[in-house]
Amino acid sequence: MEDKSKSKNRREFIQSGVRLSLALALGSVSGLALSKVVKDDYVWQIDPFECTQCGRCATDCIMSPSAVKCVHAYDLCGYCDLCGGYFKPDANALSTAAENQLCPTAAIERKFIEEPYFEYIINEDLCIGCAKCVEGCTSFGNGSLHLQIIHDICLNCNECSIARVCPSDAIKRVKASEAYHIKGDFSKNPES
Amino acid sequence: MKKLKYIFFIFYLLTFTLPVLAQQQRFPKPEFESGYVQPSTQTPEPRALSLEYFDVLVLLVVLSLATWLAIKKRSRQGILWLSVFTLIYFGFYRNGCICSIGAIQNVALSFADPTYAISLTALLFFILPLAFTLFFGRTFCAGACPLGAIQDVVIIKPISLPKWLNKTLGLIPYIYLSLAVLFAATGTDFIICRYDPFVGIFRMDAKFHMVVLGISFLLMGMFVARPYCRFFCPYSVLLNWMSRFSKWHLSITPAACIQCKLCTNSCPFDAIDYPTNEKEVLKSGLGPKRFLVYALLIPLWIAAGVLVGKQSHTWLSKANPDVYLAELLISNPEIKNDPDNIDVQTFLASGKTMETLVQEAEILRGKFYIGSMIAGGFLGLVIGMTLLNTVVFRKRQDYVPHKGNCFSCGRCMDYCPVEK
Ligand code: SF4
Ligand code: SF4
Ligand code: SF4
Ligand code: SF4
Repeated sequence: MEDKSKSKNRREFIQSGVRLSLALALGSVSGLALSKVVKDDYVWQIDPFECTQCGRCATDCIMSPSAVKCVHAYDLCGYCDLCGGYFKPDANALSTAAENQLCPTAAIERKFIEEPYFEYIINEDLCIGCAKCVEGCTSFGNGSLHLQIIHDICLNCNECSIARVCPSDAIKRVKASEAYHIKGDFSKNPES
Repeated sequence: MKKLKYIFFIFYLLTFTLPVLAQQQRFPKPEFESGYVQPSTQTPEPRALSLEYFDVLVLLVVLSLATWLAIKKRSRQGILWLSVFTLIYFGFYRNGCICSIGAIQNVALSFADPTYAISLTALLFFILPLAFTLFFGRTFCAGACPLGAIQDVVIIKPISLPKWLNKTLGLIPYIYLSLAVLFAATGTDFIICRYDPFVGIFRMDAKFHMVVLGISFLLMGMFVARPYCRFFCPYSVLLNWMSRFSKWHLSITPAACIQCKLCTNSCPFDAIDYPTNEKEVLKSGLGPKRFLVYALLIPLWIAAGVLVGKQSHTWLSKANPDVYLAELLISNPEIKNDPDNIDVQTFLASGKTMETLVQEAEILRGKFYIGSMIAGGFLGLVIGMTLLNTVVFRKRQDYVPHKGNCFSCGRCMDYCPVEK
């Protein structure tokens, strides 16, 4: 009997020793990580100046349709009649017929404001984030149309599945308090 | 030196690209006469930070409840309802993200990448379950893990697997963990999140092959209980370690075991250890000699692991998109003319030189070289220890849960006839 309790004691001693060291390990891992921890949470966002409009935003988001949508930075827009983001470059007649529109889902609404200006509004429910209009606007216009991850749709995946495949590494973790990079408010600033 | 280069690069960028960007305002903004007011760009806020902290609070409450139910209240019913709650809250409502399993990668990345700061929520999701497990056993698995919960509710007719199979398949989580940490630390990929089989079900939306994977896991889970938890989950490795040394682990009987054997088949996960049959131990002839041999083999296993890691690092590093691209361009230069290869075309258009790309790829490969060797050595150690464990016999008089493997689900408690 004595022997048994002795070996039991020994086992318990070893157990609590290991437990203590595991607790210490856990503590130091958290301590080390804690030294770098940020209170602010992270979200994913596209740097519009780095995006090369490859089109993967439409296909690689875990949401379908994608959480990436085109946004319009109206401050930069020229309100052009002949919008490079709205019309196909080879559109034969400048009618707003669907076959002349760049957007595959006709998500851009064109509204006459005053001669000769037109306003372009993105219908987010239709936009699939394919970046076709962005490409058009960037190459022929002011680049006021650009992609952003819209945060009431985005699930904030631990690793954004588009970021992983973005060929220009345009998608990065940003602070949740500055969750958007809208062109005009946001310029490519060198410290970041 | 690298820093200097970087600064030059930024300088270059500033002086040459900014004017280009400024030029982009090709058409000036009109001055409207009709009093038109431009709409504002909609930027819906992300989920509030306070809600993220609320999730941590929920986790804490669920963990405490699960612990209390398993150890004090001894109620399987309670645990079941708790896991249903977890399934609904962390699974379907929170879409299976954030989760403690995936948080391993955030922790690994935060150690490897000085520019990445882990968020407090992710860190707490990683630490809290481990801390609880260290004292109370894997009550996290019982009630607080959405992945565990979804598998737990589909168990219909669990079959018992032979011991050797359990042990062999039980090595997979170690491999998974090593790879996950390796890929996360090199900034390559978060494979745990990417191949989470149930996240598609929680979100009710996923790529086809992930849906197939999720459903097949659930189908398999009807007969092989909790297959992901037992044979894949990388977090289970850490939980297992913690749980083995837990202070107050769930026990099958509330008082003393009377050897009635009623609980022997109650565990769907083969996690109940039987009393040692001394006669059989003697007969099997597994004596100290075997032990010595296996113990001496461990360094060999580690060496073999390191070697395998070393050999496979090139192959593993191809999972990194930068390394892959560099390799592709070197081995297959004609690909530059392929207009459909988006990655190559983007690289060519980016103005980045081949040299920088190769340099970056080489640094990454260096990380993989070291990382794969560590991972290999670790796996070698694990294999060696597992083998050693097969010849170690701990004296057991009673039917007890295997502290490492037991999920503290509480099923076995209902089978024990002993009253308090
Ligand atoms: S994947 Fe990257 S480059 Fe392609 S459209 Fe999205 S942000 Fe732009
Ligand atoms: S072209 Fe593509 S990105 Fe632009 S509005 Fe249409 S769907 Fe959205
Ligand atoms: S974080 Fe997830 S939901 Fe959001 S844009 Fe990326 S893949 Fe889509
Ligand atoms: S609590 Fe009992 S039934 Fe549940 S996993 Fe542990 S040993 Fe098996």
